[in-house]
Amino acid sequence: MTATGIGAPVRRKEDQRFVTGQGRYVDDFNRPGQTYAYFLRSPHAHATIRSIDTGPAKIMPGVVAIFTGDDLAADKIGGLICGWMIHSKDGSPMKAGPHPALAQGKVRYVGDHVAVVIAETLAQAKDAAEAIVVDYDVLPAVVDTAQATKASVQVHDVSPDNTVFNWHLGNKDETEAAFARAKHVTKIDLVNNRLVPNAIEPRAAVGEYDFGTDNYTLYTTSQNPHVARLVLSAFIGVAPEHKLRVIAPDVGGGFGSKIFIYAEETVCVWAAKKVKRPVKWTSDRSEAFLSDAHGRDHVTHAEMATDENGKIIGLRVHTTANLGAYLSTFSSSVPTYLYAPLLSGQYDIPAIYCEVDAVYTNTAPVDAYRGAGRPEATFVVERLVEKTARELGQDPAEFRRRNYITQFPHATPVIMTYDTGDYAASLDKALEIADYKNFQQRKQESARRGKLRGIGFSSYIEACGIAPSQAVGSLGAGVGLWESAEVRVNPTGSVEVLTGSHSHGQGHETTFAQLVSDRLGISIDQVSIVHGDTDKVQFGMGTYGSRSGAVGMSAIAKAIDKVIAKGKKVAAHVLEASEGDIEFKDGRFGVAGTDRSLAFGEVALQAYIAHKFSGQDLEPGLKEGAFYDPTNFTFPAGVHICEVEIDPDTGVTSIQRWTAVDDFGVIINPMIVEGQVHGGIAQGVGQALLEGAFYDQSGQLITASFNDYCMPRAIDLPSFQVGMTVTPCPSNPLGIKGCGEAGAIAAPPAVINAITDALGHEDIAMPATPQAVWRAAQKARMPMAAE
Amino acid sequence: MYAFEYHRPTSVKEAAGLIGQVEDPKFLAGGHTLLPTMKLRLAGPANLIDLGQIAELRGIERSGDTLAIGAMTKHAEVANAAEVKEAIPALAELAELIGDPHVRNRGTIGGSVANNDPSADYPAACLALNATIVTNRRKIAADDFFQGIFTTALEDGEIITQIVFPIPTQAAYAKFRNPASRYALVGVFVAKHADGVRVAVTGAGSNGVFRASEIEQALSGNFAAEALDGVTVSEAEMNSDIHADAAYRAHLVSVMAGRAVQTAVARG
Repeated sequence: MTATGIGAPVRRKEDQRFVTGQGRYVDDFNRPGQTYAYFLRSPHAHATIRSIDTGPAKIMPGVVAIFTGDDLAADKIGGLICGWMIHSKDGSPMKAGPHPALAQGKVRYVGDHVAVVIAETLAQAKDAAEAIVVDYDVLPAVVDTAQATKASVQVHDVSPDNTVFNWHLGNKDETEAAFARAKHVTKIDLVNNRLVPNAIEPRAAVGEYDFGTDNYTLYTTSQNPHVARLVLSAFIGVAPEHKLRVIAPDVGGGFGSKIFIYAEETVCVWAAKKVKRPVKWTSDRSEAFLSDAHGRDHVTHAEMATDENGKIIGLRVHTTANLGAYLSTFSSSVPTYLYAPLLSGQYDIPAIYCEVDAVYTNTAPVDAYRGAGRPEATFVVERLVEKTARELGQDPAEFRRRNYITQFPHATPVIMTYDTGDYAASLDKALEIADYKNFQQRKQESARRGKLRGIGFSSYIEACGIAPSQAVGSLGAGVGLWESAEVRVNPTGSVEVLTGSHSHGQGHETTFAQLVSDRLGISIDQVSIVHGDTDKVQFGMGTYGSRSGAVGMSAIAKAIDKVIAKGKKVAAHVLEASEGDIEFKDGRFGVAGTDRSLAFGEVALQAYIAHKFSGQDLEPGLKEGAFYDPTNFTFPAGVHICEVEIDPDTGVTSIQRWTAVDDFGVIINPMIVEGQVHGGIAQGVGQALLEGAFYDQSGQLITASFNDYCMPRAIDLPSFQVGMTVTPCPSNPLGIKGCGEAGAIAAPPAVINAITDALGHEDIAMPATPQAVWRAAQKARMPMAAE
Repeated sequence: MYAFEYHRPTSVKEAAGLIGQVEDPKFLAGGHTLLPTMKLRLAGPANLIDLGQIAELRGIERSGDTLAIGAMTKHAEVANAAEVKEAIPALAELAELIGDPHVRNRGTIGGSVANNDPSADYPAACLALNATIVTNRRKIAADDFFQGIFTTALEDGEIITQIVFPIPTQAAYAKFRNPASRYALVGVFVAKHADGVRVAVTGAGSNGVFRASEIEQALSGNFAAEALDGVTVSEAEMNSDIHADAAYRAHLVSVMAGRAVQTAVARG
């Protein structure tokens, strides 16, 4: 290991440019002759378009072109796709309605794309958009998740009752049998509130077409540029794959919302050829609220069966998942295979059965958002476990411990095989850090000040490092979920790593370099990480689902192994020894049992000058690539404990303590990992206390700006106490499990369990705003008043 | 944003003159309501008259029992001014609670009062402190000035020049922020004057800032938080939205009034 190797808390290499304003984001790219696109969006949640008159707008100053859905159709540009096929219980495929990039005949949510104006300036494009006359026949809208199938409104012709699919997982008969013999059954109704992703950088795209070479270039805010290229070429058909270059430069946060292939970038790259000039679009915050794919939005009823020993013997769950007006790129996988397989939590539950009904509504599409399905599953399991413990009169920590899985590998009834973990170790450490034993004392002290104190647990698990391609293929995925890497060693010994992972805040330029530093014995300053450009990087599946460490770095490790193997061959020639006698250690190739050795850089130079070996026997050069396909998901898990104090007079909840003990397997950079934990918790606390996207009955988004949509601020959060336990992941060469989503998964139930503990009853929904908590506190006081 | 002509007069007289000469004019103070509205294309005045260069509209001056603050004085200036902290500390504290540092270094007291946003903080101070709104034409008592949400006694082209606050015996402002916008969900300004107690509430009323007579009565005999035990405020005139319904707002008025009195009394 080197000073900048695995485990070193080195400072992020990329931060110098980010904090000094030298980052280059999509909007920083300005191409010669560039025009500006502005999308005219539907003001109605549901309407038939009788006609669109662009005539008056087309003659306005600066207008280059105006296009509608008819123009896309005329060019045979396909609709946006959903890349994961889900089959219903009866075997029928999910009902996918058409998803044109620009509306054809109908709009289905406020913000839906009606036309695009391309002009010399953005202001001129906006002026012209106002002059477009659209004759709408406004239809009633359906917005409510739970009521969608009963509505008289039909969002898509293919689905008369707005059902996308009725899916299930688990063993129904065994689960029913478990409930039949249960000593106790705990029931809960939950809403997992809808969220707006709100990455700090809004989405943006610049499309460019070169008439000389017939090449297209798309600069876009993407978490997975190669997937964007594949979808835009193979499915949407805007350009052939080999003629389309997708560049995702510095990207300011994604949280899932930049995985998807949206209408805007599709239109920009297509229109660039139509108008023969580059076309730029940058979302403003208002557009982001309306048109970025939202997250969550589940309505769930769940029941947990326990036996006479307080052992969980069964779990049954029914969830209705709102997928919005159209099926976004990976939307169908989120409430299915990213959700139900996590319903076993950290617990040995012999029988689980889950049904999921996915529905269309006249709201923005819903897709993966930090955690994607796993926060929803954890919320169900951890709220239900907490409530069960309370109903049984058991300590919530000990009830969990009694039901933890302790033997690995462990196959759950919901298709997952957990490879390793030590859940009790995380619990012990968390209880210690949280000073659980003195909680009652603190509660009494709060009570003396007229405050209600509560404590809440969340013993979460997630499945990361997605995923074995064969496995996901069998579950309906349209793509493989391996990752690729290329390690280029230069003649001077410096190294460039080209990775298919994409960094949009995660710090890959540092952590990936740490792996190289560790393996090759060179400083991270000698390593460059290249990502986000399909012309440079051979291929990639991108960054989401906490996969970049477990999958992306494993591909790099595999390529490094090949580099070392090749280096040994070179060294053997130079040192005139047999290849089998060459050892690579501490950055040097040496002959075993001798003091003869070469530094890594010397071998690199020898590989390129090729003076010491025949180019026929050994290829010159030192550059290796690898594709790594995981053997299993990874299973990060941990225990978060939240302690709150509530002011019953105002309903304000103040988080007093937060303990996070996570097992992420082997950690590359503890500082970056801790930052990921902090950010995740902040988002989870946001969901639990502050954030909620609400539509009114007509389908207008009420929370369409930061005036009404409440993001977490520093003042809303305590100083986190973060601890780690480590069980190395046996499913990848580095032992990494992944850390990007843990906080957002763990936090919501920890907060709500703490609030319900403080109030003494379970009736509180997310976001637990001051008003909601005050009202619940009033309810909690009433029995006391009656006594 | 739509195109507009931009004017930057250097005197109140010049500004008042411009208003009669140009079409569809609008005064610009700190711009915290107007500029975002223009950026969203919800407003598009043809002529913008920026009052920011008029020196006579700025400054803080104590004279006897009153504190006069120029209309273009920024929130941060009010928050940090020794004269304000000395004379009416509650007013400095109120200014410190507005928005964030960016807002406080652009937003002005006159702009806030003229706009009369139902969630703005200053209208509560004006009403509770029985301030006089001085314009280029007349003097208007706060009780007459605020006439409902975004509505004031100002006539077309009338410019607020300063706001004159009588110095109270005791005063404090308690603000319950909207979790998202940080505007006042409920803000209560209590002020004990030689001739009685005035209590003004912002953020809560469906008709904008108002005086809470139930609370004033309760405090007039005994200026102490205990005097408010059991005092409720009617929810009939309260605003209701996704953040807080009328009943919760009415409840918060009593709670925040109690907290404001506590602060005022503790200050002595």
